[in-house]
Amino acid sequence: MALRNDEEKVNRVASSIAQKNRSLVRWGVRPAGDSYWALVVRRFLRHRLAVTGLVVLILMSLAALAAPLLAPHDPNAMDLFAFSAPPSVEHPLGTDSLGRDVLSRLLFASRISLSVGLGATLINVVVGVLLGGLAGYLGGKVDSAIMRFTDMILSFPPLMIILVLVSVLGPSLMNVILVLGLLGWPQICRLVRAEILKLKEQDFIQAARALGVPDGRILLRHLIPNAFPPVLVAATFGAAQAIIQEASLSFLGMGVQPPTASWGNLLTDAQSMGVLGSMPWLWLPPGLMIVVAVLSINFVGDGLRDALDPRLK
Amino acid sequence: MSQYIVRRLVIMIPVVLGITLINYAIINLAPGDPVDLLIDPNLTEADRATRREALGLNDPFLVRYARWLGELVQGNLGYSYTTYEPVLERIGERVGPTLLLMGTALLLAYLLAIPLGIASAVRPYSGLDYATGVVGLLGVSLPTFFTGLVFIYVFSLKLGWLPSGGMTSLGGAAHWTDRLRHLILPAAVLALANLGLMLRLVRSSTLEVLRQDFVRTARAKGLGSWQVLVRHVLRNTLLPVITMAGLQLPALIAGSIITEQVFQWPGMGWLTIQAILGRDYPTLMGLNLLAAVMVLAGNLLADILYGVADPRIRYE
Repeated sequence: MALRNDEEKVNRVASSIAQKNRSLVRWGVRPAGDSYWALVVRRFLRHRLAVTGLVVLILMSLAALAAPLLAPHDPNAMDLFAFSAPPSVEHPLGTDSLGRDVLSRLLFASRISLSVGLGATLINVVVGVLLGGLAGYLGGKVDSAIMRFTDMILSFPPLMIILVLVSVLGPSLMNVILVLGLLGWPQICRLVRAEILKLKEQDFIQAARALGVPDGRILLRHLIPNAFPPVLVAATFGAAQAIIQEASLSFLGMGVQPPTASWGNLLTDAQSMGVLGSMPWLWLPPGLMIVVAVLSINFVGDGLRDALDPRLK
Repeated sequence: MSQYIVRRLVIMIPVVLGITLINYAIINLAPGDPVDLLIDPNLTEADRATRREALGLNDPFLVRYARWLGELVQGNLGYSYTTYEPVLERIGERVGPTLLLMGTALLLAYLLAIPLGIASAVRPYSGLDYATGVVGLLGVSLPTFFTGLVFIYVFSLKLGWLPSGGMTSLGGAAHWTDRLRHLILPAAVLALANLGLMLRLVRSSTLEVLRQDFVRTARAKGLGSWQVLVRHVLRNTLLPVITMAGLQLPALIAGSIITEQVFQWPGMGWLTIQAILGRDYPTLMGLNLLAAVMVLAGNLLADILYGVADPRIRYE
C-alpha cells in the first residue's frame, strides 16, 4: 500500500511538471528536449492501428467531399430499366427498389453521416467544457446544481431520450445533430470538472491567482487548455458513438429522412425479410461503412489516448 | 449500512423529481393538442375553449405538472392515445419479455467476458489477448441493428436454424424450448453489444489485481497458478464488474430497444418504437420514466452490492 502511495505521489509531481511545461510552451518558453506536442505526434505515429484508422478516415472524408465527382449517378435519379438490380458494370453496387444507384447513394450518405458525427461532437465539446469548467472552477452551489443536472441527463437511457426528443421536435438532419449534440455532453462535462479540480490546486494556478490574473482568464488560458488532452480523447470516442446513434435513429425512421441518404436509412428497407434475404447489396455496404468508420475512429481514439498521456493506459 | 441506503434514497428524490420535470417538459413541447384527439372535430372554437378550460389545459405549466405528478404518485400514468388502455397496464405486459431478454443477454455476456478477460490479462499480448481485443472492439463498433440483420441473414434465412423474430411460433407449441429458440438470436446480439466494454474492464481489473502484493504472497507460499487465480484473483477482479453491471444498464436498455425492434420481441423496447411512431405520448412518458428509475435503482443496487462484496468498503 505504501508503495502505491509513493507511486501516486511521483505521478502527481510528474504530471504537475508536464503541465507547467505545457503552459510554459504557450508563453514561448521551451523546456529542454522535445515539446509536448512533438512527443504526442511521435507516440501517435508509433500506434499502427491508430495511423491506419486515421488514413481510412481521411480517405472516407475525401470520398465524401468528392461525392459529386465520384458518384456514377445522381443519388436520387431512378433507373427505369433496373429496379432492385444486382451489382453490374452500370451499377457497381446494384440499385434499390426505386432503381436508384446504391453506390452513389452510399457516397452521398457518407457526407450526411460524417457531418452528423462531427457536428454533434462539436456541440458536445462546447457545452461539456463550458459547464464542466464552470462547475469545477466555481465550485459550491453552481457545482452541485450542474452536477445534479448532469446526473439527470445520464439517468435516461441514451437512445430512449434521443428518440423521444427527435420525435417531439420532428425528425430532420438539423434536429438529429442538435439532439445528439445537446444530450451527449455529460461525459465531457464530468471529465473537465474532475481535471480542473485537480489542476486548481497546482502551483502554477496559485501563482496566476497571486499575480492577480482575473478568474475568466485563468479559466480560459490556464485551466481549460490543460484539461484538453482527455477531452480530445473523449470527444473522439464520442464521435464514434454519435455516428452509431445517428445510424440507429435513421434506421428506425426517426433520423435523417429519405430521399436524403444516410448510412442508417439505407438499411431501413432491410427490415423486410424479402429485402434482407434476396438483396444483400442493398444493406451490406452501408452497414460495413458504419462499422469501418466507427472502428477507425475508435482506433484513432486509442492511439490519441496512449499518445497524449501514456499513464492513462 | 441501512443509514447509507436511506441517505442515498433521500439524495435520489430531487434527481427523480428533476427527471419527471424534464420528461414532462419534453413531452409538452410536442406539437398538437390532446383535445383535438379526444373530442369531436365538429365542435366550434368556443366549445373547444371551454373544454380546454375544463380539462385544465390553460393552467400554467407548473400547475399542470404538479397535477400530473399527483396522479403519478397514485400510480396513474394516464391512458394511451392509440389504444385507450391505462399506460401502466400496457407497460406491465411488456416488462417480463424485456427482463427475460436483458437478463439472458447480461448472463451470456458475463459468462464470456469473465473467463476471456481474465485469460487475456494472465497472458497479455498473447494471441488470445489480441483475439479478445478484436472481439471487444467489434462489439463496441458494430451497431446493434446491423449485427441483428447479419444474424438473421445468416442463422435464419441462409442456415434456417433459428426463427427470425417474435417470442413464440404462430400456433406453435407453447413449450419452453420454442421460446428458447426465439430467445437465442436477440440475446446473442444484445450480449455482443455489451461484451466489448465488459472484456476491457475485466482485463484491466485483473491486470491491476495481479500486480498486488497478496497475489505475490500467494504465489510465494507455493500455491498453484490455478488456485491463485480462483481463490485470490477472481474474487477481487469481480468487484468492479459488479459496479459495471449498474453502469451498463442504460446502454443495455438502449440496445434492447433496437434489438427488440429488429427481432419483433414484444417487450418495452418494441413498445417504445410503436409509441413513437403512433405519437402516443402518455405511453412514451411512462416508458421513459420507468427506464430512468430502473437506471437509478440499478446504480444504487450496484453500490450496495459493492459494499457487501468488499469488506474494505465501509459506508458511514
